[in-house]
Amino acid sequence: MHNKNIKEIKQDLINKKYSVKELIQHFIDRIEKYDSKLNAMITFCKQEAIDQSKLITNIDTSTELHGIPLIHKDVICTKNVKTSCGSKMLDNFISPYNATIVDKMQNSGMIMLGKSNMDEFAMGSSTENSFYGVTANPWNLECVSGGSSGGSAALVAARLIPATTGTDTGGSIRQPAGFCGISGIKPTYGRVSRFGLIAYASSLDQAGPMAKSVEDLAYLLNSMAGYDPKDSTSINISVPNYLENLDKKLKGKKLGLPVKLLSDLDSSINQKIQQFIDELKKLGATIVEIDLPNAHLSVPTYYIVAPSECSSNLARFDGIRYGYRHPDPKNITEQYIKSRGYGFGDEVKRRIMLGTYTLSAGYYDAYYLKAQKIRRIIREDYQKAFENVDAVILPTTPTTAFKIGEKIDDPLSMYLSDIYTVGINLAGLPALSLPVGFINELPIGAQIIGKHFAEDTILNIGHQYQLVTDWHKKIPEEFN
Amino acid sequence: MEINDKTISKIAHLARLHLEDQEIHQHKDKLNSILNWVEQLKSVDTDNIEPLYHPLDDSIQPVRDDVITEKNNREELLTLSETHKSGLYLVPKVID
Repeated sequence: MHNKNIKEIKQDLINKKYSVKELIQHFIDRIEKYDSKLNAMITFCKQEAIDQSKLITNIDTSTELHGIPLIHKDVICTKNVKTSCGSKMLDNFISPYNATIVDKMQNSGMIMLGKSNMDEFAMGSSTENSFYGVTANPWNLECVSGGSSGGSAALVAARLIPATTGTDTGGSIRQPAGFCGISGIKPTYGRVSRFGLIAYASSLDQAGPMAKSVEDLAYLLNSMAGYDPKDSTSINISVPNYLENLDKKLKGKKLGLPVKLLSDLDSSINQKIQQFIDELKKLGATIVEIDLPNAHLSVPTYYIVAPSECSSNLARFDGIRYGYRHPDPKNITEQYIKSRGYGFGDEVKRRIMLGTYTLSAGYYDAYYLKAQKIRRIIREDYQKAFENVDAVILPTTPTTAFKIGEKIDDPLSMYLSDIYTVGINLAGLPALSLPVGFINELPIGAQIIGKHFAEDTILNIGHQYQLVTDWHKKIPEEFN
Repeated sequence: MEINDKTISKIAHLARLHLEDQEIHQHKDKLNSILNWVEQLKSVDTDNIEPLYHPLDDSIQPVRDDVITEKNNREELLTLSETHKSGLYLVPKVID
């Protein structure tokens, strides 16, 4: 049952081929058997899931996700369940409330089996910054799963769960989805509530689903999306049924390809992107050359904007009200300084300091203000491109998954692994990553980027591609 | 501009972060390489361009009536702290 998509599982449950209890037990067994190889879980809610599954004797056919198991990224608050954010700082934190998306997915009948591993406070591209250790890539256990939602991606790739949630501030859903050969979507900024997401960079953070196929993402996004009065940045506009558009043919769709931006791309990856485009052309889409002349500025811009917001957001961790508290401070200042100094890991401290510096007196204009102006230029490039096209195609990453330890001592090279993803967060656009092939037995992903609130268009394009290809059905041998 | 150990210590203090001596050196080198790399942004012409603080800055930010919507869950929230007494958080002595 672990190879089936959400629609098939749902049908089996309705036909009583197996019960929800059996379904949940199957995934519990798989997690118990395989997660020791991956380290993709932080908290396993085994008994709670079993108890919940026993209560479901009749499947509600009107609720698309009734009985479907799920694992949330550990940055997402789950009531009465540890929510660590991958950090020593929150290792003892039991959330007193649910994030809105947790409530929504629970109301859709989904059953949570636990919380997934991630880079500390969602800062990183490999899960190597997790207090709980790195999550291995199911396709090659010596490689990283990507990050920051690496645990969520690895769990789906190894078929240990049909669906997970992730969050994406600069690529944290799409990059691990690309590295692990699964599908993931970062919705438009404001499409999904951020209430109950532990904040990293508030003008960039967005939660989204991760799953085996684009069709599954549509089911999950139907549950997650929508205005939330508890999040003043969520947008109060109607949400379409994302399943309705999936079957549209691609004839007449215009897709933009930033050819110049791809000139530096590794030739083996370029070849996969070309094959992806050829397939979309066969499906009736037209390819239009576009220019994103300032895309190369995205990563440095991001590394001013995001750390600035992070330094402000993470000021709340004071070692007093919740989280890690240094046991022996001499005075109140030392209480703060030592709790934070020993509670946060290296990368988090680096970004807090970088943000403190770029926001400090005398440097604000040169760094933060300058970066926010360039952010507008980057968004305008996309807006201009979208005057002529329905979606833009980009690779997800410049390489396949790298080796564990390869980049950990070189933050800049780690940051550059997000070169094709961060601009999309700066512009607030929705983007989907889906598998388009393999290089040396490691998956490679491509992105389909849409206009603001055009998740239905990019899901449609991705689904049509997956109807004629089977990259998304490949399973790492060790986990089959 | 190069930042030195003193600047790192100052930033760390402003951000209320304890750093061991060895960490100060490591952070200094890495922060300098990041700051040198973002220098490339300085050459971009941004005259007459407004900063973009919100990716959908043309959307309307909602406001709500200023009414209490949450119940008082003080006791529950206090239990998240390692030390609290009589409904208050305990911290090291602030005033002698």
